[in-house]
Amino acid sequence: MRRLLRGRVPGWLPGWLQGPHLDLPLLAALGLLIAFGLFVLYSASGGSLDTVYRQGVRIGVGLVALLVLSQVPPHVLRIWTPWLYALGVLLLLATWLVGTGRSTSRWLDLGVFRFQPSEIMKLAVPMMMAAYLHPRRLPPDLRSLLVSVGILAVPAVLIARQPDLGTALLVAASGVFVLFLSGLQWRVIFGLAGLAAAAAPALWWVMHDYQRQRVLTFLDPESDPLGSGWNIIQSKIAVGSGGLLGKGWLHGTQSRLEFIPERHTDFILAVLSEEFGLVGVLLLLLLYLFIVGRGLYIAGLARTTYARLLAGSISMTFFLYVMVNAGMVSGLLPVVGVPLPLISYGGTSIVTLLAGFGILMSIFGHRNFIR
Amino acid sequence: MPALMPRTFASRLRGRRPAGQPLKDQALEGRQFRARALTAFLLIVAVLLLLGLRYVYLQVLNYDEYATRSASNRVRIVPVAPNRGLIYDRRGRPVAENRPAYRLELVPEKAGDLEQVIAGLGRIIELPADAYAAFEEERRRFRSFDSVPLKFNLSEEEVARFAVDRHRYAGVEVVPYLARHYPYGDLLTHVLGYVGRLDAEDLARVDAANYRGTTHAGKSGIERYYEDQLHGVSGLEKVETNVQGRTLKVLERDPPIHGDDLVLSLDVQLQQAAWDALGDRAGAVVAIDPSDGSVLVLVSKPAYDPNLFVQGISTANYRSILAAPGRPLFNRALLGGYEPGSTIKPFIGLAGLELGVIGKDHRVFSNGRFFLPGLDKPFRDWRKGGHGWVNIQGALEQSVNTYFYKLALDLGIDRIHDYLAQFGFGAASGLDLLGENAGVLPSRAWKRGQMGQPWYPGETVIAGIGQGFNVVTPLQLANAVATLANGGTRREPRLLYARKHAGDAQAEKVRAPVALQIPVNDPLNWDIVREGMRLVVHGAQGTARAIRPDPPLQIAGKSGTAQVAAQAEDEDMTDATAAHLRHHALFLAYAPFERPGIAVAAVVEHGGGGSRQAAPVARAVIDAWVQQGLAE
Repeated sequence: MRRLLRGRVPGWLPGWLQGPHLDLPLLAALGLLIAFGLFVLYSASGGSLDTVYRQGVRIGVGLVALLVLSQVPPHVLRIWTPWLYALGVLLLLATWLVGTGRSTSRWLDLGVFRFQPSEIMKLAVPMMMAAYLHPRRLPPDLRSLLVSVGILAVPAVLIARQPDLGTALLVAASGVFVLFLSGLQWRVIFGLAGLAAAAAPALWWVMHDYQRQRVLTFLDPESDPLGSGWNIIQSKIAVGSGGLLGKGWLHGTQSRLEFIPERHTDFILAVLSEEFGLVGVLLLLLLYLFIVGRGLYIAGLARTTYARLLAGSISMTFFLYVMVNAGMVSGLLPVVGVPLPLISYGGTSIVTLLAGFGILMSIFGHRNFIR
Repeated sequence: MPALMPRTFASRLRGRRPAGQPLKDQALEGRQFRARALTAFLLIVAVLLLLGLRYVYLQVLNYDEYATRSASNRVRIVPVAPNRGLIYDRRGRPVAENRPAYRLELVPEKAGDLEQVIAGLGRIIELPADAYAAFEEERRRFRSFDSVPLKFNLSEEEVARFAVDRHRYAGVEVVPYLARHYPYGDLLTHVLGYVGRLDAEDLARVDAANYRGTTHAGKSGIERYYEDQLHGVSGLEKVETNVQGRTLKVLERDPPIHGDDLVLSLDVQLQQAAWDALGDRAGAVVAIDPSDGSVLVLVSKPAYDPNLFVQGISTANYRSILAAPGRPLFNRALLGGYEPGSTIKPFIGLAGLELGVIGKDHRVFSNGRFFLPGLDKPFRDWRKGGHGWVNIQGALEQSVNTYFYKLALDLGIDRIHDYLAQFGFGAASGLDLLGENAGVLPSRAWKRGQMGQPWYPGETVIAGIGQGFNVVTPLQLANAVATLANGGTRREPRLLYARKHAGDAQAEKVRAPVALQIPVNDPLNWDIVREGMRLVVHGAQGTARAIRPDPPLQIAGKSGTAQVAAQAEDEDMTDATAAHLRHHALFLAYAPFERPGIAVAAVVEHGGGGSRQAAPVARAVIDAWVQQGLAE
């Protein structure tokens, strides 16, 4: 078991799995999570095998991305990083001009499929910052810090403008995590945090009305129980009525009777909580903790600055998803469009997330390369 | 490609150490990084602990509250209206039935902007222009999460059209129900009445809790009189509903108890016979079984189709009924007040005999004119020159006015009043329908109270032939003749014949209560009057000899003519007289003479002479009764 956790592959496994570039414990945890997620999705979609199948296809694509990326050595990734970043910024600019989508210009229609350029940025921003800081002495000096902030601010502002505040904050956070892991002095961190806190009220002025409404609703959901407060109230009822052991798979009344909004996407955790109870929630959180911990462990094993910072940021961003989503569903945080990673239905996020884990695998697999 | 980028930028990105920067200490940075990673991990554990505690708080500490709210989200208690009791005629023909239909219901709380939703529904389903206003009015008696009916009796097309668009209307539902239907339409309207949308007036009368799921209540006729029995007891259903308020399944059911089935004493075939005999003329026919007081026929013409009222009558339809000639909404059988005319004579005659004022052979000479001392205006006989010497039977047979002028004077108005009151004149009969007219049976006291004037002898004279202040209803006449036929037992006539309670195997028979047993001085007196009435039909001089039936059937009858316009001296009614000025024709009859089984009163408005116009109507009813009797 210890051998396994260290990432050593047992000899009885087929040759292609014995390649040096896969972290089996992480892969197993991801598999467990995805399998659990598909079960919950089946219930949350009202027993639609079709939905589960389509999610399966996305996971398949994500796993292919994972396998491919795991075989690419980190230094190759690093070389291609600026191009990926530049491409992402260009695409964001393109959505500004020709974006499609309901009320927001988040999507870019590529004929064959539509996708959100902001998804690229979730990986491109930490990659770019890690690449930028890679040759520099850490902790970064003021100049490096300013350039780093510029690297994360440009896409963040472009995404926030779409408007997609949730993704913008996630993208910005992934960059902030790089800075945090780069050993930024605590006094700088606290200073910046204090500045951000002071600037927060200013955020109110640049927010759209629906975003302000969400914040107000978060502060007092019962003020409009049938309108804007509906989501959060029904979600809390679903979670709370799940109790210790839950109502049982496919027996959640809040979800089956469609009281939970967005029950197979952003609020799927409410379905899980209702049907599997506190036990299910804690198991899920432990699984996430294992994945994040494993990711940070891999980051610690890495020998290059780029690999370390990137692996650490990917892991921490992954956790941020969990925190925001679980906080939102339980009424601790305002309603933000952040999916429960690897479990919520749809979006390109699942592919991006698995691609991120592909990079982690690669960093793990190539940990003994020093280039 | 890389050549396009500035050299220094590209080289920096490839990881070369920028000029002027000291070398990186990889080992130190590795330690620094691991310290930061560990800090991050500890923070993450802390946040997860916090999240875990939040879920413990929701799922364990507040479980009871949220479990309750979850249950009240999905479970609703809905009232279930009982099926309304059915109504049959005497021979078991259904006359009021329940037919499956669909109605549109709306839950205000779930529907959103009601005005918009109703306007949208108006495009796929025919709704009246004021549907929104009417709905706002209707929903007041419901709670916002109750289902409120919007439209009844949807056509199949409308149901199909709604099914297509259903997903666009949260909280709107097509619900099956049983709609009242009256297969005989206008034939029985004035008996059965109809049910209509439950309104505030109805709710004030009934137990509102028992009507939570009920949409219709009896508005008139039997439907109204026996509302309590017909309605039944409301039930409850515990149902699971989804977020749109649609019922998904029934969890528990406390079934309703359906209303009592009623059997009426009415016979549809007799009713039809009376209806047909009246033809296009306005009038009324009431027939009562003298042996038990049950009502066999109750026709008022013109009538209207009660089915129009069940679904909520349109304003246009209602106006056309109101404007129709002959006032179809007016129930002549129990509300129509007519001068009894000569139909009063048998009762006056009986009063004379029983009170000892006349005997069987007491004779009076009729010369066509009767003078009251001190008056030079004569009271006339209907035949110019009079009828010569007649006794009581001859006077009834030929309807000799002079005989009754004199008898009335000899009796005096108060004795007439007191005796005739025993037959139910001047008071509601007690029939099981609402709104009966009491009519007028005049007396000195009555006139003083009503008009503040003394009584004049001339008024007694014309009271002897049923003119003047006298007002009777066809129902009163029928009940009086039934009382005469059965020898003095006056009952409160009953339309209800039997009642079957839900779950009972046997229907329980209803008896018409006896209102008064009239004291009889000498049964022979009654025979004398009845023989006189027999002669009306069977005598050589009988005024209604035209309707004489084939033996062995014998009918006793009495014709009457109620004046509509005052008649000038020596003026006779002719066919040329304007229709609305013609007299009303009345006829009383019972049959068979020896063992009375049916007593009939027929009124034909503006028909002219009673024997010519009303007698055939009575005869037609008796014929139908005989046919039914043979069939038994």
